Formats: sequence, C-alpha cells, structure tokens
Amino acid sequence: MRKDYKLEKRKYVIGGFIIIICLIYICRLFNLQVADDKYKAYADSNAFFKKTIYPSRGTIYDRTGKVVVFNQPAYDMMIIPRDVEPFDTLDLCTTLGITHEEFMRRWTNMRDRSINPGYSNYSPQTFLTNLTTEDYGKLQEKMYRFPGFYIQKRILRDYYYHCAANVLGNIREVSKSDLEADDYYAAGDYTGDTGVEKSYEEHLRGVKGVEILIRDARGQIQGRYEDGKFDKAAVSGRNLKLAIDIELQQYAESLMVNKLGAIVAIEPHTGEVLALVTSPNYDPSMLVGRDRGKNYNLLMKTPHKPLYDRSITGYYPPGSTFKPTQALTFLQEGIITLDTRYPCSHGYINGGLRVGCHGHASPLPLLPALQTSCNGYFCWGFKNMIDRRSKYGSSAEAFEVWKNHVVSMGYGYKLGIDLPGEKRGFLPNAKYYSKAYGEGHWSANTVISVSIGQGEVTATPLQIANLCATIANRGWFITPHVVKEIEDTVIAPQYFEKRYPTIDAKYYPPVAEGMRMAVLGGTCTRANIPDIPVAGKTGTAQNPHGKDHSAFMGFAPYDDPKIAVAVYVENGGWGATYGVPIGSLIIERYLRGYISESRKPIETAMLNASTVQLSEYAK
Amino acid sequence: MLNNRILSSGNDNGSTSLFRYIDWPTIILYLLLVIAGAVCIYAASYDYDNASIFSFAEFSGKQIRWIGLSLILGLVILLVDSRFYETYAYPIYIAMLCLLLLTVFIAPDIKGSRSWLVLGPMSLQPAEFAKFATSLALAKLFSGYGFKLGTTKNSYIRAIAIIVLPIILILAQRETGSALAYTALFFVLYREGMSGIVLLSALSAVVFFVVAIKYTELAFLGISAGELTVFIMIMLIMVGMTAIYCRYPQAARNLLLWFSGSMLTAWVIEKIGVAVPGTYVCMGIIIAAVIYLLILQLHEKTRRMLHTALVAIVSVAFLFSVNYAFTNVLQPHQQQRIKVTLGMEEDLRGAGYNVNQSKIAIGSGGIWGKGFLNGTQTKLKYVPEQHTDFIFCTIGEEEGFIGSALTLLLFLGLILRVISIAERQPRTFGRVYGYCVASFLIFHLAINVGMVIGLCPVIGIPLPFFSYGGSSLWGFTILLFILLRLDAGRRDCRNY
Repeated sequence: MRKDYKLEKRKYVIGGFIIIICLIYICRLFNLQVADDKYKAYADSNAFFKKTIYPSRGTIYDRTGKVVVFNQPAYDMMIIPRDVEPFDTLDLCTTLGITHEEFMRRWTNMRDRSINPGYSNYSPQTFLTNLTTEDYGKLQEKMYRFPGFYIQKRILRDYYYHCAANVLGNIREVSKSDLEADDYYAAGDYTGDTGVEKSYEEHLRGVKGVEILIRDARGQIQGRYEDGKFDKAAVSGRNLKLAIDIELQQYAESLMVNKLGAIVAIEPHTGEVLALVTSPNYDPSMLVGRDRGKNYNLLMKTPHKPLYDRSITGYYPPGSTFKPTQALTFLQEGIITLDTRYPCSHGYINGGLRVGCHGHASPLPLLPALQTSCNGYFCWGFKNMIDRRSKYGSSAEAFEVWKNHVVSMGYGYKLGIDLPGEKRGFLPNAKYYSKAYGEGHWSANTVISVSIGQGEVTATPLQIANLCATIANRGWFITPHVVKEIEDTVIAPQYFEKRYPTIDAKYYPPVAEGMRMAVLGGTCTRANIPDIPVAGKTGTAQNPHGKDHSAFMGFAPYDDPKIAVAVYVENGGWGATYGVPIGSLIIERYLRGYISESRKPIETAMLNASTVQLSEYAK
Repeated sequence: MLNNRILSSGNDNGSTSLFRYIDWPTIILYLLLVIAGAVCIYAASYDYDNASIFSFAEFSGKQIRWIGLSLILGLVILLVDSRFYETYAYPIYIAMLCLLLLTVFIAPDIKGSRSWLVLGPMSLQPAEFAKFATSLALAKLFSGYGFKLGTTKNSYIRAIAIIVLPIILILAQRETGSALAYTALFFVLYREGMSGIVLLSALSAVVFFVVAIKYTELAFLGISAGELTVFIMIMLIMVGMTAIYCRYPQAARNLLLWFSGSMLTAWVIEKIGVAVPGTYVCMGIIIAAVIYLLILQLHEKTRRMLHTALVAIVSVAFLFSVNYAFTNVLQPHQQQRIKVTLGMEEDLRGAGYNVNQSKIAIGSGGIWGKGFLNGTQTKLKYVPEQHTDFIFCTIGEEEGFIGSALTLLLFLGLILRVISIAERQPRTFGRVYGYCVASFLIFHLAINVGMVIGLCPVIGIPLPFFSYGGSSLWGFTILLFILLRLDAGRRDCRNY
C-alpha cells in the first residue's frame, strides 16, 4: 500500500502535542514540589496532630507545710477550624449555656489575628475555657455532632484557705502581649496574673509536653508518630513553700475586717514575710473559672479597691513610726548622743513655727523621747542636723546625707519583695525641695515635718515592717520575701543576703530599748503582753483624707525577736487605738499560738471594730 | 487459536522467531510502568497499623495477581495469529457493544454508576475492554479496500459511528470519564486525513471557553477581560490563517492593520469619555474583516478564505453561547467543578477537596520525595481514590519531583514508541490500530495527571498501568499487546 507522506507528517503534530503536555506538567510539578513550599506545611498540619500535654501547675504550701493552692481539673472547648462542618449552633449554645451572640463574638475573635495572633485554620484554637464538670459531661455525649470541636482537660487553681489573695495572686488566660513576649505561650494558655502566681510563673508553670499523633483524613487518630519518639513529656511545675503562715494570715485578715489598711509581719532574721494583709481583700477563688471576668469587674468597682494591695503599694505617711530612723541617723551623724536633751514645751517652737506635742517631761533625752514619741525632740535633732552648715556646708547637702541614711534603711525605693507591683514610697531629696522652694531658700524648719514622718515622706507598710525587723536584728535586714522554698531549686540569692543600713550596729540597741520602754510605760502599753517582751512604736499620721491613720510597729521577743510587725489602719485615729492592739494580737497569736484569756476582750473589740464607716463620714 | 504458521514455518522453533520480532523496548516500558504501579499501590494502601508487616493482603496483593494474570493474557495475545484480530474485528466490536448494553441493565449501582459487572469474586468494567474492540473496529474500517476518509461515501459517518456507539452506551452506565476517553480517537481521524481545522477548532473551543469563563473582571470597552482576550485571539487566528493557511501575506497584513487600528481607535474614544459598546464594536470589526475575506474569496480558486471566515464566525458564535451554556446547560455541580478547576473558587471542603489534598500531597514531596512508604498524606488517606484515580499523588509525595517527572517521561517514551510502531506498520490496519492505542494513552495520561496536579477538571479516569484495578490494567494490556502482536507479524504481512 502506498504511504501518504503528507499525512505521515501528522505524527509530529500528535507526538508534539503529548510532548508539550508532558512539558507543561513537568513545569507544573516543579512549581508545586520545588518552587512552592507551602504545601509541605499544609501536609504536616494535615497529618500531624500536635496534642499539647499540660503540666500540672506547682502546688503552693505555707511555711508550716499546709496546702494553700492546689489544682482542680477544668475543661476547655477547642476547635480545629478547618475541620468544622455545619452544625446546630443553637444546640451547642444551649449545652454550653451561652447566647448565640456570645458564640458569634467568640467565633469572630478567635479568627481575628489582631486579637489571636496564633490563629491558624489547621491548628487547635481555644474557643471557650473553663467548662464545668457538668457541662463537660453533657457535651461529651454530643461531641460527635460538632465535628472540629473537642474538649481539652486543663488545670485550674483551687484554694483551701480563702485568704491571702494579694500574696497568692491568680492566673488568667494569656493576653496578646504575653503571646508576643514569650513564645512558650499559646493562645488559651494560663499565666500568673498577680501575686506569687506571677512572680514565680516560670517555676510554677512547668514545661508543656507534646504528643505527636498521626491523624487521618477523617480526623481519627491513627496512633503516635514514630512510636512517640518525638513526643515530649510535660514537666510538672515546681511546688512553692511560702514564708507566709497561712493561719496567722487568716487571723490577721480577720482582725482587719471592716478596716482599711495593711499588716505586714516579718521574721526578722530571715526576712520571711509571715503575713501580708491588705484590707479590704477578697476570696482568691473568686478569680478562678468562668466567672473570673465578671468577678474581676465587680472587684474593680467595689469601693476601697480590694484589688489594690495596700501592704506593698499603699503610700502612707509613716508618722511616728519614722522616729527610730531619725534617732539612728542623728546618732550616726553625731548630732546627738544618748545624753543629749531637747526641750519640748508641748511641741517644737522655733522661728515662728510650732509642731505640737503632748504633755511629758521636758527637756528629755533620746530614750524617753522614743518612749513618749516626743515630736519636739526629733524636730530639734533634725534642725540641728540640717542647719549644721559647719559640718555639711548647706542645708541641701545635709539633707542629702540624711536622705541617704534613710534610704539605706529601706525607704524611698522598692525593697525588692518577690511580688509584682511593689511601690517605692516617697522620700524627698534636696533637689526636690530646691525645686519647690528655690535653691538655698529652704532650711530645716521649711521641711521639719519629715522628721516626724509627716509631710512629703510616705512609706509602704512593708517598709515600716522592714524598719522594725532591722531594729529587731539590731542593725541589718534581709529583703522581705514571701516564698521560703522552691522545690528542686533555691530561691534568689538576694533573699539570703544581709543588708546593712549606713548606721553603726551599736546605735540600734538604745533605739530598741526606747521602743521597749514605749511598751512598758509609753505610747503602746496595750502591747504589753504577759510573758512576752514586746518592743514597739506607735504612729498617728495626719493625712488629708480625714481622721488620722493609726499605725504601729513592734517586735518580740525583745531579746530574741521572732516576729516584727507593722500595722496600719487608715483613719483609725491614735496609733494606740487600733495599731497597737492589732499588732500585739498578731505577735501573741504567732508566738503563743493562742490569745491569752486576759487579752480576749482586746481581741473581741478588734474583731468587731469598724473604721470604714468613720472614714466614710470623715470624707 | 494458536499461530500455526509461525510455529511451523520458522527456521528455529516458532516462539523464538516471535520473540525475536517483538518490540522489546515497549515490553520493557510496559513492565517498568506496571511494576512501579504495583509498588505505588502497595505504598498507597499501606497502613500505619501494620507498619512492620510486608503484607500483600490488600490492594497491592490483588494488584500483583492482576499483573500476573495480565502477563499471561499478554502472552496468549502474542501467541494468537495476527490475522485473527483483523478477521474478527467487527464480531469482537459487536460482542463488546452487546456486553456494554447488557451492563447498563444488569450492573449494580456502585457510587451512582452502573459500569461494573460482578462475576463471582471479581468485578470487571466492560468500558475498559471496549477500548481495544473499538480500536480494532476502527482499524478494520480504515483498512477496508479503497477506504479513504472524506473520499469514500459516508466515511466520516461510519468512523464516527464506531467511536460514538460505545460512548453512548458508556454514558448510559453513567461513566462520563470513560466515555470521554473515546473522544481521543479523533486523533486517529486526524492522522488518517481529517482536517486539522477540526482539531484546532476543538482545542480553540476549549481555550475560549476557559478564558471567557475564568476572567470575568472588566477590562475596557465595557466587556470582561476574558471576552476581550477571546476577541483578540479570534482576530489573531484570522490573521494567522490568512497568512499561513491561505498563503496570502498581503491580506494578512491588511487585516492586522485593520484590527490594530480600529481597536486602538475604540480605545482612544473610550478614553475621551464616550461609552463604547465593546461587544458590538469588536463584533463589527470582525464582521468587517470577514466581509473583506469573502470579497477576496471571489478571486480565489481554493476555499481557504471562506474557511477562515467561517472559523471567525463560528468562534464569535461560540463565544456568545459560552455564557449561556455555562449557566443554563451545565448542572450546578458541574459548574462548580469547572470553577474550582479554573481556580475561580476555593472550595476546599467540597469539589476542591480532592484536588487540594492531592496538590498538598504532591507539593509536600519536594525534589526527592519523602521516601518509599514515608508519605503521610497518602498513608493517612487524605487523598481520596488514592490507589485508583489519584495514584499519581503517591509518586509525587514519596518519590518527589524526580520520581513524578521520570514517571511522566516513561509514559511519554511509551506513547512516542507506540506512535513510531504505528508508523512503521506496512498495513493500514496496524497503523490505525497503533494510533488508537496512542490516542487512548495520551488522553488518559493528560487528563489523569492533569486533574491530580490541578490543571484539568476532575474526570474520573485511571492512570494506565498504575491505577489499582484489573479492568483498567487488563484493558490497556490487551490494547498494547495486540499492537505488539500486529507489529511482530508485520514482516509476514508483506507477503499478502
């Protein structure tokens, strides 16, 4: 048969056609497999289901080993958005007990990368946290109706003692800034918000583990990837042992009911905080679970700000509790000796200025001045120091020397307690006054009130307690801290180191003696507990918010101090009215374990007393 | 029915001479593809639960049996006298049509299709076996004495009837993919003398359709970018045809000037701020060109100007019917599939799921692949139909770009070899049959791989030799081995 050569050429067209197709396909394959690597990531998120294993958060014990904070199981509803199929939203909302609007709001927020930067269609997202066990039970039966949703068990906090909220703090869901600051966190994780939960977050949280599971197209788990070779076990958080004596804390809080203010009790030779009370306060379990947000807003609106920790952030005039710092400074600077006497004719009268005082012998030396809390004595001492140009050159320079001594005793700067949010109080320096009055235009009399803990100077109750601990130690202190031990590790070194103020140790015993005299026969005789030698100093601080604040600091036993306490009751009047009795009750309760029969009436009176109403009227 | 002639006449014994003349490169390519296919099926159906056991219990084991049986089948085909196929081409074809018809009525409904004949433990798909029967019938028709496409009376009608009859029966079984595969036989008609314009028009129609549907955003002159592109393509085709097909470069130049000048004017007028009815303007420009061609036709002996004018008119008409057809003729799920394929809609859970998952599987393979049995996507059944229609994913994921490109090249090699075998046949029967084989392979390869890598709509057809299933493997084995038998006997045929 003759071949048609013209038609035979068409083999090139047909052959060429399939060659071109193959070339196009190879280009496409190159594009898919080599040029574009997004498919690799898709494939991994398709096939690997990384299941986070949450470590249990560290338990918190008090100094005596009692469990204070422990874990309770909680359930979160998670979503893998990619796997979600149309479902009965109404059914889900009813089961969860949320409104449809709430559901939609959560849905939109979850998908909004500006709120949830870790959003991905392929990875688990937290939809709703803190389901109750009952909700969990109800949901478990229905989960098959909601493809793409699953429940994840997680740990929540629970409390045996419903106190010390300011110390313990609480945990909350991580915010966007947490996520950005620390890539340990994933959306929906929890982190410490306040208290030791925040300051010891890295110890308490442990290390999350991960289980890599293989998941097929139906979302069913096929097993563990490489028999768990790449899995990572969760490491439990470390347990904390608090310095706090939780029963003393509880007792101290009960004494502060219906009063505003703070109590700080420190074990002097360790710097361990035995009790850190702020009043009003709240039950820490209020800020756990699904009601956290609601309760948080409630607490924010409550009068007298229970969320505000007065013990470490309150700016209070220290009043007469400040006088020991003055005595120590004057002794150190050689302004006074123990024999120096200053006159006090119902106050300090100099250059047309009068600072009132109450009736006592005059002139008097240091110890009786401390005993009776004589304003005149300390004003004179202050004037002699600040205006001694022969020694310091100018009032400003003298004031700087004075300020540095006071700073070394823990005022004007944060002490460095292991709790977030501590405030530094306020201690003016010479520059501050030069700015206010003009350089060289001020002298001792201009600023005389700081010598008796009034005027510009303010301190936190923690700083007052720390001064008391320093005197109890006769010349040194350890930075106060609320955590005594961390499991498997040691606490930060600064909580072991002794800090020495710029005052010679030899000047402390007389000051301590003056405070002992105040208890035996001075301003704080109500602190004189049978069989327990207490030393103390009252404070009655004038303030612009109404009635005087009632303050007290004291330590005991006198010769071997086990506790130093500072009490500050806003608008409580005289230091002796609330500060002294409350402080002495705490000392007695801590050292003895109970309140002696003879002092029961004081206890009853204090438990029932209320200053809140008074302060309301005062305003 | 053994080949007595070969057995009795050779110097050596008959089978030696048979195996001397057989085309070994094709056999080797065939074996490579079949073995690679079995390995892929093993990988695709491999289960993480039984990771340590090398078990052929499931798909791969069955496929090994199919392969063994198909080798025996291939041998039997080779041992049959080559004249048998030519002699019994029509009876085989008619028998197969009857089987197809029977299937429509007795086949059980499996996933909406009635194409499977269940014979005891196995089920067969007659549509796959009808391929070789149709090829034989088509070859027989063309090898008829004095038959010439276009010259012989009713030649087109008879050829097309042979192709369309199985298509109708297979459509009745609701196996659209398999039915469409028979349209590949138009390549054979082209090789045997059908005008290239028909093939070109079909191709243009597909391109016009895709472009017009896909690019819907407004370009200028108030019409969509797709529509405008199609108008410009029609104009370029007219210019090209006038220059090359009509061999009239001067007219082509005039047309080019006319198109560019008038389109530019329209564009400038629109820029000035006058609303131009773009569709009518473009149509008017093309109609003017058509009239110009028709005037030129008056002085021509051939009808090539007329053809060119017709192409233009048909193209414009087609363009107008596209939108209508798309919205009114196609079913919503078909529209959906087309839209997803064209990348107009991203529906990752619906129609796009298969394609998206298969793209993920292939794309995650990288250059070298994840290694045999290490593919996660295919193992975990993310890709539907992964051991049948989507088997190419397994290659893509586990053997990477290198493996998948090599596989494509193996297929390309086989197809080109089949074309060259077809061309070396001394007889029309062998040549036409060879082109039928090549056409089926081209269609299956282009559509199957195209759909897996997201370039073609998802039409469920298997990848020859690779996809799991006895029918497809046997169907293609028979198809190929008959060609090898015809080729091996081509020397004997010279004596005819």
